Amino acid sequence: MKAILRVLPLFLLSLACLFGVQATAQDWLVTGTNLGNQHIRLAAADLKPVGSDPETPVLKNAFDTTLFNDLTNAGIFDMVSKSLAPQAMPGSPQELVPAQWTAAPANASMVALGALSTDNGRLVVYGWLMDPTTAGSPPVLARQYNEAASEDMARTVAHRFADDIIARLGGGINGIAQTKIYFVSNRTGSKEIWVMDYDGANQHAVTHLGQVSISPRISPDGSRIAFSSLSNDGWAIRMFSLDLGRTVGFPAGAANGSNLSPAWSADGTKLAFSSARSGRPEIWVVDAGGGNPRRVTAFGSEVSPAWNPRTGTQLAFVSGRTGEPQIYVMDQDGANVQRMTDSGYAISPSWSSNGGLLTFSWNRKYGPGDPGGQDIYVMDIASKRWLQATHEAGNNDFPSWSPDGRHIVFQREINHRTQIWSMLADGTEQHQLTFSGDNSMPNWSWK
Amino acid sequence: MILSVLQSNGGMRGDTKPDCPKHGLDFFEKRRTLLKLRNGLLTSALLLVALTAIAGCKKHTQPLPPAETAPAATAPAPTATLTATPTVISAGDQVQLTWRTTDATSVTIDGIGDLPSVGVKTVTPATSTTYHLVARGEGGSADASARVTVNAPPAIETPSTSMTEEQDFKAHVQDIFFDYDNYDIRIDAQPTLAKDADFLLQHPNIKIVIGGYCDERGSNEYNIVLGQNRAQATKTALVTAGVAGDRIRVISFGKEKPFCTESNEECWQLNRRAGFTLDR
Repeated sequence: MKAILRVLPLFLLSLACLFGVQATAQDWLVTGTNLGNQHIRLAAADLKPVGSDPETPVLKNAFDTTLFNDLTNAGIFDMVSKSLAPQAMPGSPQELVPAQWTAAPANASMVALGALSTDNGRLVVYGWLMDPTTAGSPPVLARQYNEAASEDMARTVAHRFADDIIARLGGGINGIAQTKIYFVSNRTGSKEIWVMDYDGANQHAVTHLGQVSISPRISPDGSRIAFSSLSNDGWAIRMFSLDLGRTVGFPAGAANGSNLSPAWSADGTKLAFSSARSGRPEIWVVDAGGGNPRRVTAFGSEVSPAWNPRTGTQLAFVSGRTGEPQIYVMDQDGANVQRMTDSGYAISPSWSSNGGLLTFSWNRKYGPGDPGGQDIYVMDIASKRWLQATHEAGNNDFPSWSPDGRHIVFQREINHRTQIWSMLADGTEQHQLTFSGDNSMPNWSWK
Repeated sequence: MILSVLQSNGGMRGDTKPDCPKHGLDFFEKRRTLLKLRNGLLTSALLLVALTAIAGCKKHTQPLPPAETAPAATAPAPTATLTATPTVISAGDQVQLTWRTTDATSVTIDGIGDLPSVGVKTVTPATSTTYHLVARGEGGSADASARVTVNAPPAIETPSTSMTEEQDFKAHVQDIFFDYDNYDIRIDAQPTLAKDADFLLQHPNIKIVIGGYCDERGSNEYNIVLGQNRAQATKTALVTAGVAGDRIRVISFGKEKPFCTESNEECWQLNRRAGFTLDR
């Protein structure tokens, strides 16, 4: 770390100014977002259309747009903007003229290129990743995709190619272009569970219960959604099977009293949630099948657990035991409780996939009569140092890490309208993903 | 402003000590005082003094005029709105009355009585009714009306006793209100709770649901926990007063079912409540 600090003093100083925190609180940031690394200058050439099928231009446009956005969103590339890139559409490594791409203003050190054709309802894409700076070097990556021809599939293929490039150039961490975001939307008139692609495309309802359904949490294998629904008997944890396309029984989540905020352990064998079945809201843990329920807290205002996905043995959670809610961490049996936030109103923790960072919503200036915002923060668990990721833009809540640990999706409420946004974990590259109705409580899939 | 006026009147603060010292005192004193205004628990004399002073403060942006200046000459005329939702119901259904007044020192709705300047109330009219609100202030008075049409009940005869019981319940069992991010039973809620308990003890066949509600601030999930604790604290108080615990269910609605949807303290206070309904 010290070496990086020596190499990049100006960079860190500018970050310190940007985020308004102590310079000493910044060293984790490099770990958290890879911002300390030199970004690879990457150009994505538009695909070369092959053949005269009338569908080809539409699918090519969907592919080109999606691939460029995925690579930009990845947060690890210095992308050559389309306006600076050469007009050429090399359809294969042989058609690539390296000097076009290495010269200013593109200055690319990597080029993604390829060809797309549509034939008899099949979409065929050849994709390469080339290093134009070294004459005669073999392709860094060569891929071929053959799928049913549709715009959705063109986007899917672009997501796959982007993830392949990101995995190759991004230090072995898988990309997120094929991940999903589960969330709550009231577009049908009641709060239901919805799903969308990570970039906001392809939004559709999962549940149609006509009740208030909130807090969706997708299982690690992507087969089930645990969530909480309000009926005449109060709140119950319910389970939706994506394989069966319907809710399945989960009686362990319906015991009398508010049952809220489910959370999966990373191995999918356990659920933690808040339940008032013993009178007051406490954190409970049950086996994923519903057996062996046990209470692990005893302070009466406990909610929003999140497992450490790395160790599988720790839980972050919210407790109001001292007044305003704060973030705590404990072992899964309730031992070794550690308070993480010192003041204000801190809620909705989510644990990064490497187990080292928490993101949560925090209003540090919270108090009767005080101004101040509900913003998204990222905290290094070992040092309790934090970074404020959102600033002076609405009330922000329910942050959820992406599986690559580089992104956070969250809800932002402005003028009583709540929408879902995503950003890099340092708060840059904020993008609004939803625009219709009210949308909240996003939960990023595990893969 | 209201706070400073009332504090200057001395002797008013004896029973308004905050019960939760972890919060800012001024804020809660202010809110309690507002509530006391709302609930009409102040003596009418003090109320008059306070409200006169409030109106005076609002008006006197210039140096104070002589005391004998007739306030009516410059006081702004009150305004009043009243809406009923829905306006057409079947007998036995509930209607929500929402009213808003400005510059009024006294607000009444015929048949309901004195009310706070802004509020929401649920009523169950048995026949078509025109609710008539009158707001009186130093600048005159204003009124507003809302008509609710009640369609005849379905052909099947509903037992008249159940209607009476429902109305009786609504008339005697009042909701109680809470401080921000807190589930302690407030001192000003205790007389209300005592009356609620009396009614339940006199009607041993009634079962109830206590709904816990919160204002819009903070997280959906944490607010459900807070609402649960509010409802549970209310149940505990009723059980302590002698009501059998198995007659009472609690449900937290958090901030999912607000009574009032504006972003101001008056509205937030209306939403921080434990609400009572018959359990069927």
